[in-house]
Amino acid sequence: MTDNGDGAPLIELENVNKYFGTLHVLKDINLTVSRGEVLVVIGPSGGGKSTLCRTMNRLETIDSGKIIFDGRELPAEGRALAALRSEVGMVFQQFNLFAHKTIRENVTLGPTKVRKTPKEQADKRAMELLERVGIANQADKYPAQLSGGQQQRAAIARALAMDPKMVLFDEPTSALDPEMVQEVLDVMIGLARDGMTMVVVTHEMGFARRAANRVVFMADGQIVEETTPDEFFTNPKTDRAKDFLSKILTH
Amino acid sequence: MDELIQYGPFLAEGFLENIKLALVAGVISLIFGTVLVSMRVSPTPVLRAAGTIYVNVVRNTPLTLVLAFSALGLSDTLGLTFSTVPRVNSFWVVGLGLAAYTSAFVCEALRSGINTVPLGQAEAARSIGLTFMQSLTLIILPQAFRSVIAPLGSVMIAMIKNTTVATAGGYLADAAANMKEVFDTTGASIPIFLGIVLAFMAVTLPVGYFTGWLARRLAVVR
Repeated sequence: MTDNGDGAPLIELENVNKYFGTLHVLKDINLTVSRGEVLVVIGPSGGGKSTLCRTMNRLETIDSGKIIFDGRELPAEGRALAALRSEVGMVFQQFNLFAHKTIRENVTLGPTKVRKTPKEQADKRAMELLERVGIANQADKYPAQLSGGQQQRAAIARALAMDPKMVLFDEPTSALDPEMVQEVLDVMIGLARDGMTMVVVTHEMGFARRAANRVVFMADGQIVEETTPDEFFTNPKTDRAKDFLSKILTH
Repeated sequence: MDELIQYGPFLAEGFLENIKLALVAGVISLIFGTVLVSMRVSPTPVLRAAGTIYVNVVRNTPLTLVLAFSALGLSDTLGLTFSTVPRVNSFWVVGLGLAAYTSAFVCEALRSGINTVPLGQAEAARSIGLTFMQSLTLIILPQAFRSVIAPLGSVMIAMIKNTTVATAGGYLADAAANMKEVFDTTGASIPIFLGIVLAFMAVTLPVGYFTGWLARRLAVVR
């Protein structure tokens, strides 16, 4: 477990509600993530974890409530929203690397087009980041030529290239072959140690134990438990959490 | 065979006009078709509606009427002229009319290409802070184009053949117009007919093969 939250809130969700048609997927969510904190969101499928994660950079809109990032309510659209998103990195389950661009171009695109960083500088930074995630030697390949684990590490480098204030991870290891999960988790653990604010939706309990400051357990669109990883795994309070843990930890 | 040799140069002169019309309409329709598809997928309802109306009206109107409208409506009635030389003016009226018509088909081919680009690509583009226009021009359209090169080739082949109805827009100098003129004086001739068919195939077949080759070469591997 890392200990790097300094207590100042970076993102706050107040009474957030979201519906998909008649399905109430987020029910009155109140949640604060502090600067430098690593928050892990776990829970059964369909419980609203991914949706919650995606509301934080407004890939999903909300129906009521408020989301305040860095002291400002999330902009609804246009350039202000694009500017906000450039400060919130996102790593997807399916990697979503730009298929027609090389790994290096994937990483430099944001800095050059959004931040107007000179190309040379962006290239240099991209190579540093690719070095950091261990795939510098793949820089000139296309995403389809890389393994899933390598693609996901490239996607992390792409998110980091924007120097985000926070990175959202939406089930980053769920689409990976088992032997590739650890290489991605190692990168994420390193990032957590360096003090990055992270919201991680995952089923990786090992990661939650090692890197999380706090665990949020979500089911049926609600936050059922919110506590430290130790407390959650050793002493869950609700039946819903006990039931969930008994199903995943016995194997 | 004799009449083909005799009138060959006159017909070839006409065929050159078909090629020139096709070049004008090809370039402009690719550009305007891209603008149209950008409108059709834009987040602005007014632009979306305008794009949809344009495509549905133009795509469902016979080309001869589109060209007649260009000539009578725009050029004669509204006085939109491109040149004081009637022949040159007619050329542009027909070229632009054909471009306006073909653009609707280019737009729809591209739109089906956009549908082949996974939603995650657009989400990733938005999540690094690209604006709608940046996502569209840097991420979505380049991948959409690559997936519809072959269908776009078909649109272009149809457009090349459509240059033969230039007469409907008042341009009487293309191969079909010249052929009719020859037939009016000498009577119908199968060699002339076949000669023109072969001339078109000499252009359209390579277009088909080239776009097919390009489609395979530029395919986006996922």
